[in-house]
Amino acid sequence: MTINEKQDELIEDFELFDDQLDKTQYIIDLGKKLAPIPEEYKTDENLIRGCQSKVWLHSEMRGDVVHFEADSEPTAQISKGLVSLLIKILSDEKPEAVANADLYFIDKIGMSSIITSRRAGGLASMIARMKEFAQRATEKVS
Amino acid sequence: MCVLFQYNNVNVGYFNMSLTIDGNYSPLIFHKVLDIQKIRQDFPILNEVINGKPLVYFDNAATTQKPLPVLNALTRYYEHYNANIHRGIHYLAEKATSAFEASRHKIQTFMNAQHVEEIIFTYGTTDGINLVSQSYGRTFLKAGDEIIISTMEHHSNIVPWQMLCEEKGCVLRVIPINDEGELLMDEYEKMLSEKTKFVSVVHVSNALGTINPVAEIIEKAHAVGAKVLIDGAQASSHIDIDVQALDCDFYVFSLHKLYGPTGMGALYGKKEILNAMPPYRGGGEMIKEVTFAKTTYSDLPYKFEAGTPNIADVVAAYTAVEYVETLGKKRIASYEHELLVYGTDALKTIEGLRLVGTAKEKVSVISFVMDGIHPQDVGVILDQQGIAVRTGHHCTQPLMQRLGIPGTSRASFAVYNTKEEIDKLVVGLERVKKMLS
Repeated sequence: MTINEKQDELIEDFELFDDQLDKTQYIIDLGKKLAPIPEEYKTDENLIRGCQSKVWLHSEMRGDVVHFEADSEPTAQISKGLVSLLIKILSDEKPEAVANADLYFIDKIGMSSIITSRRAGGLASMIARMKEFAQRATEKVS
Repeated sequence: MCVLFQYNNVNVGYFNMSLTIDGNYSPLIFHKVLDIQKIRQDFPILNEVINGKPLVYFDNAATTQKPLPVLNALTRYYEHYNANIHRGIHYLAEKATSAFEASRHKIQTFMNAQHVEEIIFTYGTTDGINLVSQSYGRTFLKAGDEIIISTMEHHSNIVPWQMLCEEKGCVLRVIPINDEGELLMDEYEKMLSEKTKFVSVVHVSNALGTINPVAEIIEKAHAVGAKVLIDGAQASSHIDIDVQALDCDFYVFSLHKLYGPTGMGALYGKKEILNAMPPYRGGGEMIKEVTFAKTTYSDLPYKFEAGTPNIADVVAAYTAVEYVETLGKKRIASYEHELLVYGTDALKTIEGLRLVGTAKEKVSVISFVMDGIHPQDVGVILDQQGIAVRTGHHCTQPLMQRLGIPGTSRASFAVYNTKEEIDKLVVGLERVKKMLS
């Protein structure tokens, strides 16, 4: 499945809910299913700055795809859910696809305020970090 | 018997005609008939629907909403007499200048300053503190001098002093607090010495709502010859400000937390101190005469107001202050206190919720944390129910470090808030708990 196919599928899932609170509940429940990352990945280097809650992102190349693992501090359950969505959409994809991804699903599921807000609470910096890693990987290949 | 009372086209409410013994209306009697529904009609933004729910605005400590008279004053200025002030010879310039200076007089009265030229217009509280730290601090403080602030300062009242300390080699000292969020005055007294040259403390804590004993702080600082600045950002809409009674050397506040426009504030400074201070910014308006050899500066207050000021917002500030005066600050405070007590009792009923900041003297600010729940999640889920609160460290990271928490959720009430809205907050928080359990 391409990144956009994954996004479309996700948007369809969220269309089942009329109420924004139900969408948020769904995100929280998805977060609970996110596999915990190994403790050794929770380094300062992997810590995403600029989020109101702590989020760690581990990035690596696996063959010709970028692989991401991430987690948030346990009490930040909405962040954890959103982190799980970003992993689902972007992990194990080709670097150029990640670097150029247009993440329209964020707006469609009504989460743009929490993801893109530039300051408190923004997961924008996590997305930027994922894309940066992918971009560097494409440069190494070429 | 009740009589509808309107003043300056503001719906003040209904006078309860029962007089107190001295013939005055008791504020306590009055606020019970202060017509909050009528006051709400002055704030069109309160009719907004957020995420399909009517807006409940509890982020008033960040900024208050603006009443129609203020909005109209802004429009009226731009529609009828927009002009650059002070130097123009034409009708519009004349009118704009007189409205601009009328605001200065209004704020002088509002703070009970002795002289009108003691009121300097700024871009806000932060700007005022920077003016004092840069102009007074760089001129009069030297290496080894001590500057005292408190644990509960906003970053705006920490960073400018740190910058000054770095440049001049001054020493920053910090008054500690107890777990309730009150200053340890004994510790403050111990800190004071002939080395203390400046004390800069917050009147009311933005994160906790604590009202600090500023009169006592000022008196004790003066006893060792130190100058005092009071950060009144959070106090101006709740507490009467009397700079002569306080005897503070500087007092700063922002109009946008006082039902006025953003980007505009006032600095009060004692005349003789302001006169001794050099200008902080250079440019138009602040000069007497410019030659390439030498420039002489204007007198107070203009020497601190370089460049075209924020004329429209200064003009509208007149109306904001008038609005607050018309409602009556004592009556506002009395009603807000009722909301604080009601809200505190209501939030205490929520299991797993802990109040942060339980000082005896507080304004209508309630900060809290919830067991196992991140403040950000509280904010997001409340927002989805149309309820606006603030979450995070509230620009007081050292305070949060002292309290051992990363941040709080904060509900802060203004005169247009109601008990019904607080009930909605309680329902909203129960929903937060249910969703995150």
